[in-house]
Amino acid sequence: MGSRHFVIIGNGISGITFARHLRKGDDQARITVISGESPYFFSRTALMYVYMGQMKWEHTQPYEPYFWKKNRIDLKQAWVKSITFESKTLVFESGETLNYDSLVLATGSKPAFFGWPGQDLKGVQGLYTKQDLETMEAITSQPIQRAVIVGGGLIGIELAEMLTYKKIPVTFLVRESRFWEQVLPEKEASLVQKHILDHEIDLRFQTEIREILSDAQGNVRAVVTKIGEEIPCGFVGIATGVTPNVDFLKNTGLAIGKGIKINAYFETSVPDVYALGDCAEFDQPPGPGRRTLEQVWYTGRMHGETLAYNFCNKPVAYQPGVWFNSAKFFAIEFQTYGLVSPEPLVGVQDFFWRNDPGKVSFRMTLDLEGKILGVLNLGFRLRHEFFDRAIREKWTGELVMQRLANGVFDPEFFTPYHVEIQAAFQRQFGGTIVPSKKSFFQKLFGLNQ
Amino acid sequence: MRGIQGAGLILFVVGMLVFTVLPFLSSYRLSEALVRDKVKEIHQEKLVELLQPMYGQDYPSTHAFLSAYASHFDAYNEGLKAKQAWDQVIWDDYGFALAKAAGAGPARAHPWTSLALSIGLVVLGGVLFQFSGSGHTSLAHTGVFHSSLMNRGVLGMLTGTYLIGFYVILYWFPAYLSPLVWMVEPIAQFLSGGPASQWFLYGLVYTLAIGVMGIRMVLKYRDNKYQQLRTASVMFFQTAFAFLIPEVLLLLNKPYFDFKNIWPLDYDFFYDYQIDTFLSSGGVGLFMLIWGILLIVIGVPVFTYFYGKRWYCSWVCGCGGLAETVGDGFRHLSDKSMKAWQWERWMIHGVLALAVVMTTLTIVNYFSSFSLLGQVTNQLHSFYGFAIGSAFAGVVGTGFYPFMGNRVWCRFGCPLAAYLGLVQRFKSRFRITTNGGQCISCGNCSTHCEMGIDVRAYAQQGQNIVRSSCVGCGVCASVCPRGVLKLENGPEEGRIHEFPILIGNNSIKLRS
Repeated sequence: MGSRHFVIIGNGISGITFARHLRKGDDQARITVISGESPYFFSRTALMYVYMGQMKWEHTQPYEPYFWKKNRIDLKQAWVKSITFESKTLVFESGETLNYDSLVLATGSKPAFFGWPGQDLKGVQGLYTKQDLETMEAITSQPIQRAVIVGGGLIGIELAEMLTYKKIPVTFLVRESRFWEQVLPEKEASLVQKHILDHEIDLRFQTEIREILSDAQGNVRAVVTKIGEEIPCGFVGIATGVTPNVDFLKNTGLAIGKGIKINAYFETSVPDVYALGDCAEFDQPPGPGRRTLEQVWYTGRMHGETLAYNFCNKPVAYQPGVWFNSAKFFAIEFQTYGLVSPEPLVGVQDFFWRNDPGKVSFRMTLDLEGKILGVLNLGFRLRHEFFDRAIREKWTGELVMQRLANGVFDPEFFTPYHVEIQAAFQRQFGGTIVPSKKSFFQKLFGLNQ
Repeated sequence: MRGIQGAGLILFVVGMLVFTVLPFLSSYRLSEALVRDKVKEIHQEKLVELLQPMYGQDYPSTHAFLSAYASHFDAYNEGLKAKQAWDQVIWDDYGFALAKAAGAGPARAHPWTSLALSIGLVVLGGVLFQFSGSGHTSLAHTGVFHSSLMNRGVLGMLTGTYLIGFYVILYWFPAYLSPLVWMVEPIAQFLSGGPASQWFLYGLVYTLAIGVMGIRMVLKYRDNKYQQLRTASVMFFQTAFAFLIPEVLLLLNKPYFDFKNIWPLDYDFFYDYQIDTFLSSGGVGLFMLIWGILLIVIGVPVFTYFYGKRWYCSWVCGCGGLAETVGDGFRHLSDKSMKAWQWERWMIHGVLALAVVMTTLTIVNYFSSFSLLGQVTNQLHSFYGFAIGSAFAGVVGTGFYPFMGNRVWCRFGCPLAAYLGLVQRFKSRFRITTNGGQCISCGNCSTHCEMGIDVRAYAQQGQNIVRSSCVGCGVCASVCPRGVLKLENGPEEGRIHEFPILIGNNSIKLRS
């Protein structure tokens, strides 16, 4: 392989995972990672914790600066202006150029803006980049009467939590009829919604904005909803999803749909150019029930792992395993393994349990033969390894229940919810589950609800 | 709720001010009778003579009294040292005992009132301050980097300086604390039937601090039974084992003994005077000696095998108890760098080696009536007591909370932690399990690890965390937003992942 020069644009999880694994498998390759956003790889998922004073910026960086030198991964902080694929040359905004042998595009995504009048005003922003964090910190360090969040998904609720930390009143506008409708079934959504309302957030559904109004200085003054209500505010958080960050690649000859078009080997339409992570769009869904755009942390990491493997070994097609994801809504943790549809599906049985105060729930979907398809849990933790295996091996719901004690991942001494879940499953589906016994400690401390 | 919190803060500050001012409100007048009462028989005549000029004089402050005392006493001692008359030098320090006996002041005249207005107000204010009424466990760590106290701001610097000052005075200038000891005298008399020393004052303050800040922990982790139980456990062991039982033993004319303190943290356990005490105290003394040895050779390895070192460090230990309660707000200040880890391994194992060498020499000498390096052993004892026992464990260990986090001693210095850690690393069922591929590398776990372990480095590659330093506080699991970490005791097989595999990618199975 010689000392082929790999250039990676983007130092997020997919680009960095690729670079790390490439170095592990190829001692000779010259590796350069380019990012205009930040000199070092950081965890985007931790931006909110920096804002809330729970971490400092340096804590978001998973590797100390010496790591890159030690592994001979060259880091370059610069913005790429254009790429000439014929001569394999990058041109930076400074005018400087860099040649590559193989180019990996891992440019991530950016907040989706839908052309609302006033969306470029000061105080209107998404939460994606380091710069977004900095502008948000600057704007909200001034007194603000109210903030409006547009979009009912994960970034929306993160913004709500962040603003609540600063004691800024929040109006949370959701276009759909419930929170995170694309993922959460109705009962789970209502559980989360109640929790959002407990934080004194003005949560409104089926509400969209029409325009954003400016004051004399070009700062946001208010938003106007589609039904004409004007909501005065000093900050607008746009959280209506993300879209691949590919603008600078348009009209370069690279095939682009929503994202950079790739096959299962991450190959783009241009030889020696690959794309990974949020910015890439597969020509075929990479697995049953999966999307052609995979824009979560975990998939970005897997893309990077797989492409690096392919450079160092006989190439294999990207083939993700059982789907999984996680999130946190204020205090309520969310996990899911396998396939759980937000709407009831024909040919799928649902088992749902929630606890009495209503902060904990468990849903398991089963096919008509009673075999597990997926789970979705709120407020307690389940073991990835257990459910990955159960779903791959198509365990029956009854077997999952029988072994559920091993599938719980809550800390020691926590309430053993699985005991109640087993009982509820038995009531609904019958069968001969022997429920788990509470341990001595669980009895001693009355841990049931 | 805010009102209560504000009132609590005011009471706390007033109590601290009274506590700080009381030592200055004292005057002293020495008499021959007092000297005869407080000084050992062999030194009595000499001191009665030496201190003659002080009798009947009024000294308006502790400092004036001690200066006068030192001018007479030191002149005598230095003269002997200059003549190398080592056997006549008086090594005992009577400053504290004489100051305590010769002084007068509000704390002596009204011990209960003084106690109520100082320590009492601090405790009451501290408890009230905890009832902020807000929050959920998931918010337990927000804002720590915006806090002056908890992020090395002015308040943090002041707190650290105050703590360091307190420890320096406690270890090397205890006479200045004698006015504070007066006010705890009645409690000591009640518990042990004997007088209070500066160590009794310290023990009481220490226990109350763990109590008040333990309440804070229980409220802060209101949804986390693991945190609540281990906090209750350290509160119990401090109150009963470290504070009450030893005092009651004194009352019963038995040796003062902390049944949960283990060599080599309890570094003088094998010192000749300790062994003599055990052997001269009948069945109880013998039991203490055997109990202490059993803890070292059986208790530590067996418990650590089953539960990891956490059974001691974050459930039983007094230093750990203070770190986990008073020190909890400073946990994120620990250094997470690779460099710090390298320092840590050299230092903590160095202290362990020193403790082992010192103790071996001590025991050999004990049986050979100090024929082998007897003088060296004594010097080693005083060096270790000064450098490790006082300076490191006390001044740095607690005083540096606001600068370097709450586990400086436990991480860099405690020889028992080193011993427990070796067992935990090489022969234990304990590990922190990583939940498959769920880690998002956010770094909350590493940020809030008081031992400075880069937890994320393991979690993000799906690797179990098996580190000798982990005290099993469980905060990484608590602060993780994605449910990735779980403290577990399980089979040794598969505990250490040399080739971790992140679940979820079927394309390849590769080493992370």
